[in-house]
Amino acid sequence: MTVTSVAQAAYLVAALLFVLSLAGLSAQESARRGTVLGMLGMGLAVVATIALALDRSERPWPVTAGLILLVLVVGATVGSWRARRVEMTQMPELIALLHSFVGLAAVLVGYGAYLAAPAGGGDTVQRVEVFLGVLIGAVTFTGSVVAFGKLSGRLPSAPLTLPGRHLLNLLALVACAALLAWFLAGGGVVPLLLMTLVAFALGWHLVAAIGGGDMPVVVSMLNSYSGWAAAAAGFTLGNDLLIVTGALVGASGAILSYLMCRAMNRSFWSVVLGGFGTGSAAGPGPDGGATGAGQPGEVRETSPDEVAALLTAARSVVVVPGYGMAVAKAQHPVADLAERLQALGVTVRFGVHPVAGRLPGHMNVLLAEARVPYDVVLGMEEVNPDLPGTDVVLVIGANDTVNPAAQDDPASPIAGMPVIEAWKARDVVVFKRSLATGYAGVQNPLFFRENTRMLFGDAREQVDKIVQAL
Amino acid sequence: MRIGAPRAAGADPRLVAVTPDAARRLAGLGHDVVVEPGVGDGARLPAHEYVAAGARVADRADVWGADVVVTLDPPGPAELDLLRPGATLVAQLAPATRPELLAALAARGVTALALDAVPRISRAQSLDVLSALSNVAGYRAVVEAAEEFGGMFTGQVTAAGSTPPARVFVIGAGVAGLAAVGTAVSLGAEVHAFDVRPEAAEQIESLGARVVRAADAVQQVSADGYASAQSADQEAAALRAYAEQTAQADVVITTALVRGTAPVTITRTMLDAMRPGSVVVDLAAPGGGNCEATVPGQRVVTDRGVVVLGYTDLAARLPQHSSRLLGTVVVNLLTLLTPAEDGRLALDLDDPVVRGMTVAHAGEVTWPPPPVPVSAAPPPAAPERVATPAADPGAERRRRGMRRTVLGALGVVAGGLLVAASPPDAVGHLTVFALAVVVGFYVISNVTHALHTPLMAQTNAISGIIMVGALLQIGDSSPVVTAIAVVAAALAGVNVFGGFLVTRRMLGMFRRGAS
Repeated sequence: MTVTSVAQAAYLVAALLFVLSLAGLSAQESARRGTVLGMLGMGLAVVATIALALDRSERPWPVTAGLILLVLVVGATVGSWRARRVEMTQMPELIALLHSFVGLAAVLVGYGAYLAAPAGGGDTVQRVEVFLGVLIGAVTFTGSVVAFGKLSGRLPSAPLTLPGRHLLNLLALVACAALLAWFLAGGGVVPLLLMTLVAFALGWHLVAAIGGGDMPVVVSMLNSYSGWAAAAAGFTLGNDLLIVTGALVGASGAILSYLMCRAMNRSFWSVVLGGFGTGSAAGPGPDGGATGAGQPGEVRETSPDEVAALLTAARSVVVVPGYGMAVAKAQHPVADLAERLQALGVTVRFGVHPVAGRLPGHMNVLLAEARVPYDVVLGMEEVNPDLPGTDVVLVIGANDTVNPAAQDDPASPIAGMPVIEAWKARDVVVFKRSLATGYAGVQNPLFFRENTRMLFGDAREQVDKIVQAL
Repeated sequence: MRIGAPRAAGADPRLVAVTPDAARRLAGLGHDVVVEPGVGDGARLPAHEYVAAGARVADRADVWGADVVVTLDPPGPAELDLLRPGATLVAQLAPATRPELLAALAARGVTALALDAVPRISRAQSLDVLSALSNVAGYRAVVEAAEEFGGMFTGQVTAAGSTPPARVFVIGAGVAGLAAVGTAVSLGAEVHAFDVRPEAAEQIESLGARVVRAADAVQQVSADGYASAQSADQEAAALRAYAEQTAQADVVITTALVRGTAPVTITRTMLDAMRPGSVVVDLAAPGGGNCEATVPGQRVVTDRGVVVLGYTDLAARLPQHSSRLLGTVVVNLLTLLTPAEDGRLALDLDDPVVRGMTVAHAGEVTWPPPPVPVSAAPPPAAPERVATPAADPGAERRRRGMRRTVLGALGVVAGGLLVAASPPDAVGHLTVFALAVVVGFYVISNVTHALHTPLMAQTNAISGIIMVGALLQIGDSSPVVTAIAVVAAALAGVNVFGGFLVTRRMLGMFRRGAS
């Protein structure tokens, strides 16, 4: 029994623990256990790896041990500092940033493997593996950096539409293929470096071309990429644990992206290839379709006191939160409002659209942070049948996800996207900063409906005022 | 402003417009409240409670001479003479049927607000006397029926045999009808209900009753929430449905009022087809009655033993709660009229609610008001389904399925060739990879939407497993490789720790409700 065989056994156990950990996340009750299992698996894998690394160390082991310790301390310090400090509303940015780390690490591991391998990067198979690992890692890295920039507002969230952008992407891929041939033919480190630059540019451009409204898909897609990058590194190093884990994460991200796209009734490719939400020439009716028939009607404004009276008189209330709630950090006042209404005997529920926010499940996390019980937070399919019998719907910072044009107007860019049918309730109150369009850039006829009242201003202040009026 | 609350003079002294609680809240708006002795007697509200609430007791002339007079009944000639010019009268005035009263009020320069002319818009719901009282009347109708009916509403199974539940048929699912449905259901009866407005079906079902379907009798979705008169065909179809249902029912509660008038829903023939001992409660009796045998205000027993109740005072038979609701309505109205809460009345005739209720002002009759867009019903415009240019979705789907199959097959062949060309070592890895992808898909498909963010954070942490690769490279003899590996491992380490901690933090916040 060598150190290697023990480590292999530990890796097997770790891989199983990871599978169980993800399985545990399928329900709230078992989710915490899932995280613990994941941590156990990670701990086991790291301990086994350290033993293996010391065993294989080509220089005196205390040096290697010291370096490893240093790395762990740095990782633990920075990681836990970020994890503690992050606000729940910034979760999308943090996750995008973390993805970029995995991408960069994959690039570095690829280079390490290439440099460590004997005679110009090993045999053909190994070189292909190195090349692919670096390629995926590099795309993930810059893609995630751009996503982070867009989510945190450091970069403009409007999609970048260069002329012939699909062609540019294709050219980049062709260039990579050519560089691969050169690399395999013994070109040394130069084609690898060139390819890395091309891949960086490709990742940047891919995500820059996608509008801010599609970020849930992008973030989960990058999640998937980071998994594939880890798996590619696993191939490079011949490490099954990396392959299994990378494949799990890759599959997970892919499924999430697919679910998000389905929730928006868009094909995966149309999101990935980007350019949506600009009223671009490709969109059906850039002006006519997007803004409807010019001035669609009159808006009725209301006041916090009136909303309070409306809510007190209601029997059932559904709150539909959107990204605006996250921006205004209004989740706590909203939760407070819900609690007070419940104390008054009003049935309060939350209806969450699958792509509300900038991250899959973003709203659920924010509401959980504000201590809203998860059993009153319903999904779109669960809440839609109840809306016709609902007295008041409060739309807080949501726009495209409650847009009736998705059902009524076949020319609308969001036609066919499943939406929360807020307008079917008796009364709708929309909290909004202004009458601006949502990320899809589509005017929302809901605002002009007979049973809709608009409450302009900062969602948090307005909700606070309603709570006071109650 | 001085607000006068006279003792009800009309037929029914049991309903009180200003309760002690309402008086307290009116005083809070800065008004002076004067009440006539005995104002609350009907609802058993003693005078000292009014005094405790800050009201003053004064004689009849004083009360009617106040700046604002709040009462329920329309004033008689004697009261009209007591009203001061420029005073405001709030009462139930039936403006549609009593033009001479409006003229008399206008002639005296009285501003008259009709409690029974509140426009049906959402904002005005808290002022709607009719719906508040209809609700009470619907409840009371079931109670009256239960008293007349010689059986239990709920089905019973006892050692001495079992009884079936009473069968209740409710015609018209407006406010009163729905209240009756809800009350009868909660008493355990088997309730069926019918309404000509298609949107009522859902409301009926939501209360646990069954909807009587008569497709021919159903009208278009109404634009303003009120039923409109039926065409001859619709009427015949509705009558057929009524005949069928009443013959089976133990209790029939009919509430059909079409814009103030009561159509006939239950003919003598239908009554004769009912079982002896069954009960008909006619909530439309104030408008003449839906049943041909109804005598407004009276209990009638037909030759065949069917009891027909035509009481017009159902809400007044529950004076305490009805008065409380009325008091709240009055307070809401005066809150609207005293926006500054300084005891000064400001009649904003640009407000559609105020305009709708004001039937006489500044010497003129201001009834009927200009139409107000109402919101009681969803807009009738049904979304038009525009046919997509793609001719046949089926063909499109088949073509796409075909393309997918071909692509899939090509992928499998290409993958197979790739694997065949790989060295045995790599084949092992590919096998592991493929199986892991499949496992991943199945495991993740079960994750609930609410946990997607924690899932991403968790998978993020797990993808930090790339640290394993970096750690193994740290021991390499080349310092360059070591340096690269250290950086890579540190980055991955941030991911591992950050990802797991943030997942834990998020999951810690999810909690179940108090239940």
